[in-house]
Amino acid sequence: MAMLSETFRKRSASRFARSKRLARIDYKWGYLMVAPLLAGLAVFFIWPVFRTFYFSMTDWGDFGSYVWSGGDNYRRLVRDPAVYRAFGHTFFYVAIYIPVLVALSTFLAVLLNKGVRGSGVYRTLYFLPAVLMPAAVGLAWRWLLNGEFGLVNTLLKLVGIHGPGWLTEGRTALPAIVLVAVWSMVGFQAMILLSGLQGIPSAYYEAARQEGAGGATLFRRITLPLLTPTLFFVSVTALIQAFQVFDLIYMMIGQVAIDHADTVVYLFYKQAFQLGAKGYASAIVTALFAVILAITAIQLRLQKRWVHYD
Amino acid sequence: MGKGIRWGQLTAVLAGSAILLSACGSNDKNGSPSPSAFAASPSSSASAAPSASPSASAENVTITYGLWDQVQQPAMEAIIAKFRETHPNIEVKIELTPWSEYWTKLDTAATGGTLPDVFWMNGSSIVKFAANGKLLAYDDYATADAFDWNVYPKSLVDMYSYKGKRYGMPKDYDTIGLWYNKALFDAKKLPYPDDTWDWNKAVEVAKQLTDPAKGIWGLPAQFQGQIGFYNTILEAGGYLLSPDGAKSGYGTPEGIRGIELQTDLILKHKVSPTLAQMTDTNPKDLFKSGKVAMLMDGSWNVKDFATTEYTKANADVAVLPKDKVRSGIIHGLGNVAAANTKHPKEAWEFLKFLGSKDAAEIQAKDGTALPAVSGGEELWLKSVPAFHLQAFVDMAKVSVQYPATLHSDKWDGLEKETLKSAYTGESSAADAAKLLGEKIDETLK
Repeated sequence: MAMLSETFRKRSASRFARSKRLARIDYKWGYLMVAPLLAGLAVFFIWPVFRTFYFSMTDWGDFGSYVWSGGDNYRRLVRDPAVYRAFGHTFFYVAIYIPVLVALSTFLAVLLNKGVRGSGVYRTLYFLPAVLMPAAVGLAWRWLLNGEFGLVNTLLKLVGIHGPGWLTEGRTALPAIVLVAVWSMVGFQAMILLSGLQGIPSAYYEAARQEGAGGATLFRRITLPLLTPTLFFVSVTALIQAFQVFDLIYMMIGQVAIDHADTVVYLFYKQAFQLGAKGYASAIVTALFAVILAITAIQLRLQKRWVHYD
Repeated sequence: MGKGIRWGQLTAVLAGSAILLSACGSNDKNGSPSPSAFAASPSSSASAAPSASPSASAENVTITYGLWDQVQQPAMEAIIAKFRETHPNIEVKIELTPWSEYWTKLDTAATGGTLPDVFWMNGSSIVKFAANGKLLAYDDYATADAFDWNVYPKSLVDMYSYKGKRYGMPKDYDTIGLWYNKALFDAKKLPYPDDTWDWNKAVEVAKQLTDPAKGIWGLPAQFQGQIGFYNTILEAGGYLLSPDGAKSGYGTPEGIRGIELQTDLILKHKVSPTLAQMTDTNPKDLFKSGKVAMLMDGSWNVKDFATTEYTKANADVAVLPKDKVRSGIIHGLGNVAAANTKHPKEAWEFLKFLGSKDAAEIQAKDGTALPAVSGGEELWLKSVPAFHLQAFVDMAKVSVQYPATLHSDKWDGLEKETLKSAYTGESSAADAAKLLGEKIDETLK
């Protein structure tokens, strides 16, 4: 008996050691394989984060010369009305963009999931704007939204509406940017949501239908709850991306309305690349980084309340 | 979909740091007056007589030549080919960078010590580069070769000099004139602009030419210094930069009047589209499609207007209307060399050729540029016989040099940001001009 248990112990111990050794080899290979990615991440993402934080405490001169300036940039930041304005515009943008984007892309995804004829074509069409360069999108929409000669206002005129100078009037500039941003991203997000929809087992629907549930109930009780993990992913990533909106504004809003549409990253660009104040610009993006971090943390915390993982 | 979470978190971190990355991506500063102005601006250059070049037996070297205008590349290549006839051992490689990225790239290159051997420079950035020791001073080479600087306009040679040293080989120059649409004048039986005009006359005629129903504007107020208010400030008897270089002239009574001459076109006389309309559609595009009767703009447009069907048939040019005096802005590009070039002697040989009449000839025939070297003008004047190009040469005689200071690459941004309210009518020209004066003075300290 003793012998037996002894043997057993030995055997299991050696098996354990072997598997540990194997695991170590596996890990080694694993690390080796992700090493290029990790190196890239470290060099291009993580190191710059620290550098930027360091630069936010420096004052820049010409041709890359800089001197330590401690908290000066942050003291200036909290007193700069342009910073508050930029954060205001950014929050305004995010507050409209995210709900509209998520609602529209969910709607589209559900439609596409119905398997209407030619849904493959629609899928491609909706997705197309996502592969276009934002600069090209901005340029094209700048033509469409031209106050005098744009297609949008020409069409509005046909139905008797005198359209505004979309990109040159303060009250329409930022909403116009939201419109274009939603247009360009809605197909992409719908594709992600569509994959989420297709992951919902059809058995649930069949069972519910046998119980007599109608379309609206199916959507509310089955589709929506089971889609929440995807919705969560979409809203977190879209939010982070929305906070960094820059290219469309840079491409589309001219000098005259920019005071009504400049966002934080636009302000960063202006300070860093037009005015050469790279230290102050670093402080501005560091502040934005903190804001995004905080909001993302809140989202992760809140997800327990509404995200269902089966 | 349990992966959703981790995905979300990872992406969050990545996206968050991506933006920070861009903060330290590059050190650059953009600069300089209007992109559009120079993007189209041509230039020709030519070098002094290819001094019976000593280099036949010298070793083979390659130098790089940085420039931003694609339109001029063929002419530049022709110049290089000609240069190589006398300097077979020096190969020149063009590095073309579009205007929108040119200064960003140069700034980064200067920081990292990788500037092209020879490259284009303009008035708003020359001081910054020279003051920071990024450029090669030509004086020793010029003295050794007994090089004659007097064949170039003194104002251009001076603009590319810093603390008594010469850093730039004048390449071309440009001035501002009053372009007009003959067809619109003929339709109203009005006489064309000429050198008897003052601003009152210009406004009076512009009112007659403006036709809102047809969307035709008499005289747009171009919202940019070099083709707009710089000229009228000078004509009102003002200055942009005080002689000692310590003060700007925007806030002076003349400076304010110069800006008012522009803003009145929009707000009082209604002969110009609003600033919003001009932001949507560039006045030059309106001019090229027959919707603008008169347009203040530069000599660099000659090739563009001569090759556009409509303007080729209907456009012509006169000197600017005068106010207290007739004046305007003169600017020109310069060819400069990097301080740390490995081949300063070869670079100098190439620069001399770029400044010569031979090189000027190649470019002048193209119509794009008004060569800086004396004698180049005549060639350029003949390039487009349909236009009275003499107007630009006449303007050169009364024009004032583009202000070049250590931070003049930041002026354009400050001007637009500050004067905008005067052009929209939200504030008075006087208030905006004074505020701008304070901001610009800040950059002069």
